[in-house]
Formats: sequence, C-alpha cells, structure tokens
Amino acid sequence: MKVAVIKYNAGNIRSVGFALDRLGIKAEITDDFDFIRKADKVIFPGVGEASTTMKHIKANGLDSLLKSLKQPVLGICLGQQLMCSHSEEGDTDCIGIFDVPVLKFPPTLKVPHMGWNCLHDTHGDLFAAIPPNSYVYFVHSYYVPLCENTAASCEYITRFSAALQKDNFFATQFHPEKSGDIGHLILKGFIEL
Amino acid sequence: MIAKRIIPCLDIKDGQTVKGINFVNIKEVGDPVELGAKYAREGADELVYLDITATHEKRKLFTDLVKRIALHLNIPFTVGGGINEISDADRLLSAGADKISVNSSAVRNPQLIEDIASGYGSQFVVTAIDARLEDDGKWWVYVNGGRIRTEKELFSWAREAQERGTGEILFTSMNHDGTKSGFACEALAILSENLSIPIIASGGAGQMEHFSEVFTRGKADAALAASIFHFNEIPIPVLKDYLRNQNIVIR
Repeated sequence: MKVAVIKYNAGNIRSVGFALDRLGIKAEITDDFDFIRKADKVIFPGVGEASTTMKHIKANGLDSLLKSLKQPVLGICLGQQLMCSHSEEGDTDCIGIFDVPVLKFPPTLKVPHMGWNCLHDTHGDLFAAIPPNSYVYFVHSYYVPLCENTAASCEYITRFSAALQKDNFFATQFHPEKSGDIGHLILKGFIEL
Repeated sequence: MIAKRIIPCLDIKDGQTVKGINFVNIKEVGDPVELGAKYAREGADELVYLDITATHEKRKLFTDLVKRIALHLNIPFTVGGGINEISDADRLLSAGADKISVNSSAVRNPQLIEDIASGYGSQFVVTAIDARLEDDGKWWVYVNGGRIRTEKELFSWAREAQERGTGEILFTSMNHDGTKSGFACEALAILSENLSIPIIASGGAGQMEHFSEVFTRGKADAALAASIFHFNEIPIPVLKDYLRNQNIVIR
C-alpha cells in the first residue's frame, strides 16, 4: 500500500503522517508528482489561509494534478475547502472538484468553530463503520454549505457539510487525525477503500 | 451542538510530569506520554503540556517529548512554556503540536501574538493569562509563573490579545488555583461575554459541581484541571457522565 500525503506550504501536516503511523501505514509526505500519481491513496491535508495556499498550489500545478487523479483522494480541513469551487477567504478561486462555494461563518456564535461536534446524516464509504452522532474535532472559520456531494453534516451557526464525496474524491472539514478513536476509524475506512 | 471541553493539564519539568500546588510545591505524577494517552482513552477532549523547565539546554528534551506526544496521541494538544519568539513556535509546530500557548513573553512583547497568528493562523495561538483579584477590586496580570505583577489588567489584556489574533484565552485565577474551591466564574463570564473567541477556565477545580458551574454560570467553553485528574480524585468518565446528567453538552 503506497499512501502519499501531499507536502505543500501548509501547517501541521506531520500529524496526518503520525495518524497513519498509528494505522500501521508508512506514508510518504511528498511533493513528487510522479509518486503522487502512482500512490494507491492520496491525502491532501491543510491548515492555513486559502488565497496564499491556492497561489502556491496553482504556481506548481498541483491543482491540475489533483483533478486528474483516479485513485481515492482525501482532502482534510483546508484541503476540503480548496477542493471546492471558490472560497470567500481572500476571494479565492479554488480547484473546483466539488461544485460548491466556501462561505464565511457569520459571527452569531464564537468563530472559529473550534472543538468537538456531532456528525449527522452520515452516508457514503468513509462512514460505513461510524455510529450515528459521533463526535469529531473541528477548527475552522469558513464552511461548505450543504450540497449534492454532502456525505455528513454538522450543526454550528448553520447546518453545513462536515464531509463531501464525489466519485474518487473524499473530503472532511474536521480533522480525523485528531478525532480520537472515531477519527482513527474514518482514516482506516479511507485506507481500506 | 458543540461540546464543552475537558482539558487535563500536565506540567513538564525535565521531561517528567509534575503538578505545582499554588505554583510552589511540586510533586511528580508520571510519564507525560503515558499519562496523556490514558487521558485520551478516558475521554479527555484536549491536553495541555506546559514546559516549566527553567534552562535553555533542557528545552530540547521538551521538543523531543512533543514529537513523542504527537506520535502517540489522537486528540489535539497545546504546548506552552518558553515560547519567546516565532522560531520557538515554529520548532514546536514542526514537532507536531496543534497549538502553542504564550504567557509572559506575550505580555512583554504583544507583537509575538500577531507574528505567530499571521504565520500559522489564529487557531494555533492560545494566550494564557495568570491573574489575581486584588483589594482594589481589579484582576491584575502576573508573569513568570505568578511571581511578578504587571501593570496589565485581565479584561483589557484579554481583549488586546484577541485583537492581535489569538485564537483562545486560557485564564488561570491565581486566587482559585490549588484551592479546589471552584473556578472564578464571575470573571470568566465577563471574559466570555466580552470576547468572541473561546475561553478556557483554569484554577480551582475540586469537585464535579465546579465543572457544571463553570460551563453554566462561568460560560466557559472549556475547563482545565490538573491534580484532580492526576491523583484520580475525579476520573474523567465519571465527570463526563455527571455533566451529561446536568444537560451539559459533552462528547
């Protein structure tokens, strides 16, 4: 099993590698396009700001590479947002795998949405082994609204997409690598696809 | 609904867990990684590791420890202590920390909060504030582990930290710390109502009722405690069951 974790100018990518270690997987944290193309699974993590990150991704062609992949791809947090069409963060055009925009939370509650919250309406391949209403860990100020690709939802300020799935592309707004045993099971589900 | 967080805090000296009572007497309570993993299994929502090592040479021990923690722990953790410049934050991020907390260094150089927040995001910066309610009725901020009083006042300093980009405030009441008589709920509620970022309550946890109080009357988003967890006076699963029965949203 070859798993590529895409290395780019984003924070705390290491923790995804550690989570895979705990699953007994030695992932390659890499920016080698050839390795990424040939990997069995690709993970696109991300913590950071959308516009600067997107600039970097476009400059080195990572956007076209990601779109062209046929194996299972998992975007996490900012990774999910960048796989959407456009982000209100820095008015940024994104990669456009999921045809849905990324919006800013109105500040009617504390923003960022930080902490453990429940998953609702889970369906699709990532959540087969996950009990309903499981808690996972979120940290974000922007959100993906509900759409036809929503694979799980969560309630904070509004009901939003906690996870997306379309063809071979998967994405989570929460951090499975930090979501305890439930997160471990979700990552395991992805690796075993 | 987002869950209220329970956060055990581990003080680390020379790579080992210790707990200071009222910032003075220190007792050892075990291996930091093992203890952290035990808390994660028991349902802790997050962990805080504070490096109270005084010397620069021993700092490397803590960075190595952070790497081991990141490898073994599957919940978020914050590290603090000795973060004086952006390179310290960078070193701990690279070691795998999810968040760093700044305290005295941010009081001396508030720009540090902005530098770290703009470099790594607000979610990465927790501003820890130790303050004491004094006879003049004001909460004064202390630095150097509660040894030096400053000219800063709690509420204005917390607001400034928010404006400079901190993602959370960790407020320790020195009046309550180590007393096991409950959290500083009034001050906490003021912080929570006046700021738009999460507030972590610290200092004073002794009984389970104190946690339900701090989440209701104190309006805190998270509660931190050390000795009651380290000495197993209140096991985390028991505490969480109790809070659920009080209709508090708990993971």
